[in-house]
Amino acid sequence: MAFLELQNVCVRYGNVEALHGISMRVEEGEIVTILGANGAGKSTTLLSISGLVKPSSGGIFFEGKPLHTIHSFDIVKRGITQSPEGRRVFGTMTVLENLQLGAFTLHDKQRSNTTLEWIFSLFPRLLERRDQLAGTLSGGEQQMLAIGRALMGEPRVLLLDEPSLGLAPLLVRSIFETVREINQRGVTVVLVEQNARAALKLATRGYVLEVGNVVMEDSAASLLANPQVREAYLGS
Amino acid sequence: MEEFFQQLLNGLAVGGIYALVALGYTMVYGVLKLINFAHGDLFTIGAYLGMTLLVSSGMAGSLSPLLVLLVVFIMVALLVALVGCLLERAAYRPLRKANRLSAVVSALGASIFFQNAVMLIYGARLYVYPEDWRPDFTVDILGFTVPGVRLLVIMASLLLMFALHSFIQRTRTGAAIRAVAIDQSAARLMGINVDRIISLVFLIGPGLGGAAGMMVGIYYGQIDFTMGWSYGLKAFTAAILGGIGNIPGAMLGGLLLGVIEALSSAYISMAWKDAIAFLVLILILIIRPTGLLGERVADKL
Ligand SMILES: Nc1ncnc2c1ncn2[C@@H]1O[C@H](COP(=O)(O)OP(=O)(O)O)[C@@H](O)[C@H]1O
Ligand SMILES: [Mg+2]
Repeated sequence: MAFLELQNVCVRYGNVEALHGISMRVEEGEIVTILGANGAGKSTTLLSISGLVKPSSGGIFFEGKPLHTIHSFDIVKRGITQSPEGRRVFGTMTVLENLQLGAFTLHDKQRSNTTLEWIFSLFPRLLERRDQLAGTLSGGEQQMLAIGRALMGEPRVLLLDEPSLGLAPLLVRSIFETVREINQRGVTVVLVEQNARAALKLATRGYVLEVGNVVMEDSAASLLANPQVREAYLGS
Repeated sequence: MEEFFQQLLNGLAVGGIYALVALGYTMVYGVLKLINFAHGDLFTIGAYLGMTLLVSSGMAGSLSPLLVLLVVFIMVALLVALVGCLLERAAYRPLRKANRLSAVVSALGASIFFQNAVMLIYGARLYVYPEDWRPDFTVDILGFTVPGVRLLVIMASLLLMFALHSFIQRTRTGAAIRAVAIDQSAARLMGINVDRIISLVFLIGPGLGGAAGMMVGIYYGQIDFTMGWSYGLKAFTAAILGGIGNIPGAMLGGLLLGVIEALSSAYISMAWKDAIAFLVLILILIIRPTGLLGERVADKL
């Protein structure tokens, strides 16, 4: 079994099924990207891994042990954290308080301080704005904060949901560079992106979702070269 | 001058009680976006429990009355906290995923249940609080003679508010409570056990409310089973005044409402004090629809 594995996962919102039995696997140390149009089910996939939505059937396994049967807080403790779509920083709390909440499940203060220093070195802007309310940050800074907050949980798997959404191109490049740096530190990354080209350049492998189904699965290089992918997601 | 000073202190005492009750409304609203209509009844339960415990502590006669009062006060807070926590389990948690209206109906049902329970157990008559434990000393401040009970009530409520504020602002659990109030899903992604935080809020809010109920008994010397209704309404008003969901807002709203009420009953008209208090509320809400310390819209973005 793979490091992280989804087996025939179905997710329903009320009467509507958003995922129709998808299977994915992520090996340790990889960057896997999930591509797909709006409403394809990308966010739902990440939320099901984090336990915020539960599969109606199928299973999700991390290091061979089920995730779909345990609570979201235990999933964080197992080492899976997420920077959600739309950033979702705690706007009326300071940057530092947001980061500290990222380490909520951890109890080694000294290690958290080391992680904090690392995050400040990845995102010096956060250090400058440490005591500012998160709601007053720019979109790009909030994205850095959302990623930094997820890193504070010392994840072994980092789930990123559209980190480039609404950011200027230069900033997007810098965020993607940082994701590579994080991955080189040994963190496995699952990256959901609209910006397919950049995501595929960064990733080792990719999945393409269409209305709740996995329609393609390949190495990032092959997906980049695939005419169908090029037409549907790369605009050429 | 003397009249003003005494009424100001009286207002702070009553306002402190409002504030403690308002905190329960505002904290529960913060994490569940639900008005706990049974909160006023938990306050009543606090008042009656305090009376019963004081009466039955008669054998502790050799102890200093203030010590007995303190012990009973803490016991009341803990017991009502427990009732609040059970209330959440029984009446609100099963409906967490149902629509909002179901929870409101459940809250109203719980309120009726508690009010009738108190009436059945104690009867509908008015009760006089045990005199033996009523602090009867006085203190001279700036040449004025101030009843000690008034100072005790002010001090107790300020102390509890200060403790709560420090807990919410300075501890990890306090930060988790704030996070759950801001964005429950994001809080879950931090690894926060949201159910546990909600239980905690249903311990703290009712605990403070129950303590406030006992403070009314001690301050005025009498209680009745409908007190939860009038105080609940005032405290709810105070929570709205400060900005519902906002903890410092509830404290400020409560104190302000108490002082406005006391001063207007002294200087304008006793009979019109409630009307005046509500008039002030309406004026403030016209000027600041989110309440005094309510979230600015920018914070929500
Ligand atoms: N909370 C929800 N309630 C109901 N339907 C939802 C909810 N979240 C997502 N959906 C639906 O599920 C489908 C997949 O959504 P989502 O996972 O957000 O897609 P993506 O992230 O790929 O844009 C969409 O049809 C969307 O409308
Ligand atoms: Mg999405």
